[in-house]
Amino acid sequence: MLDNAFVEAFNLMVSGSPELTEILWLSVQVSLTALFFSITLGLPIGTSLAITEFPGKRACVTILNSLMGLPPVVVGLLVYLLLSRSGPLGVLGLLYTPTAMVIAQVVLITPIIAALAYQVMDDLHREYRDLFQSLRIPLRKAVPTYLWDARYSLVTSVLAGFGRAISEVGAVIIVGGNIDHLTRVMTTAIALETSKGELAIALALGIILLTLALIVNAAVTTVRTLGLKNAYV
Amino acid sequence: MFKSDPMSNNSVQQSTAVPVPLIEVDKLNLKIGDNHLLRDISVTSYTPGVTMVMGPNGAGKSLLLRCLHGLFTPTSGSIRLLNKPHEATTAFQSMVFQKAVLLRRNVIKNLEFAAPNGTPTAEITELLAKVHLNGKELQPARLLSGGEQQRLALARSLLTKPRLLLLDEPTASLDPASVLIIERLISEATEQGVKCIFISHDLGQAKRLGADIIFLHQGRLAEHTDTETFFTSPQSREAKAYLNGEIVL
Repeated sequence: MLDNAFVEAFNLMVSGSPELTEILWLSVQVSLTALFFSITLGLPIGTSLAITEFPGKRACVTILNSLMGLPPVVVGLLVYLLLSRSGPLGVLGLLYTPTAMVIAQVVLITPIIAALAYQVMDDLHREYRDLFQSLRIPLRKAVPTYLWDARYSLVTSVLAGFGRAISEVGAVIIVGGNIDHLTRVMTTAIALETSKGELAIALALGIILLTLALIVNAAVTTVRTLGLKNAYV
Repeated sequence: MFKSDPMSNNSVQQSTAVPVPLIEVDKLNLKIGDNHLLRDISVTSYTPGVTMVMGPNGAGKSLLLRCLHGLFTPTSGSIRLLNKPHEATTAFQSMVFQKAVLLRRNVIKNLEFAAPNGTPTAEITELLAKVHLNGKELQPARLLSGGEQQRLALARSLLTKPRLLLLDEPTASLDPASVLIIERLISEATEQGVKCIFISHDLGQAKRLGADIIFLHQGRLAEHTDTETFFTSPQSREAKAYLNGEIVL
């Protein structure tokens, strides 16, 4: 039975099944959109936390690091409460839409990107702080310099965020509802098809997800190797 | 007792008609937490050229330099440099650190980063040749050898056209060729009127470069004399012990 499932899964992938393509495309769209917003929020949060001093900074860093381990189902529940009809944002009618899934993923991966960016920027800031002060580099020039000089490490952080987003299931199934042709992404589809006993499509999606994870990891390694080669990490 | 008074025998005065104090430090103290790291340091130097700062490890040399550069705020005391209030001097100071801090980019971009707006490319190229880094413009800066990195850091500092150059052991553990290049550049800079304050453990280097010597010991000023006096008849017990190669504790 398992052999047949693998063969069918392989056929589905090779034939370019429209159903698979649609699910894959939506997964990538949702995760990339979430990644865009998380980068927009996470990098400035991590950078400003690293290069500024203020009372309570250590507590903020601790909270940020703790948020990296947010349970996806809890995030899903919170976003659900926020977007449900009786919730504060219920009027927007976003529940069970890809937008709701993007919001849930943003909440999940922004702390990851911000916390990893903070670690990278904090190290860099310790190294550059005296030099920048010595050269009287204004903040408006220092921040882009930090971002540029940390580019290889930051790309790694961003890819880690994407990896988390694309493989996430708990939050998106709560706020997206796993609706066919609307909010069904790879992870939710795998959960559903497995429960239905449709192992072929679940396996096909699983293989695609694993391949994506491999590509992301290979990209991380390549970027890091390139950076190390030039001592830019 | 360690205060260097310009009227005393230990003071160093330039021979010009109206001596201008180039370094004036008065009762400088630095405490970090419970540690009293610099204690009542008072120094006045009228000497142009290179003022060497010497002393055993942990004497407070780097801390003093960092206070002069504004990287640390003293707990008490005052600083005047080049006969101006300290705050007014930071704009024309530059510092070379013991370990060269280089940006994660190539050699030329490291220089361009620090160069004032409108610096001609020819000036950068000329400076690169002076530090023997011509031909390495596009190399990642952090892949240069230790000596090359320090020469690049010095070139970057000089590009900002400082009137006061602070050097924190820039030649420590460098090969003789790099030391020679750096010393030549510093001599050239002082000939052009740049005042240098240079930390070194190298006695030969202090003799070659130093016009006067500030000797610190355990966070206090032990002695401030001209270089010749320092090496021929040091005034303090600590300096004598240091020159004799004894460990000063």
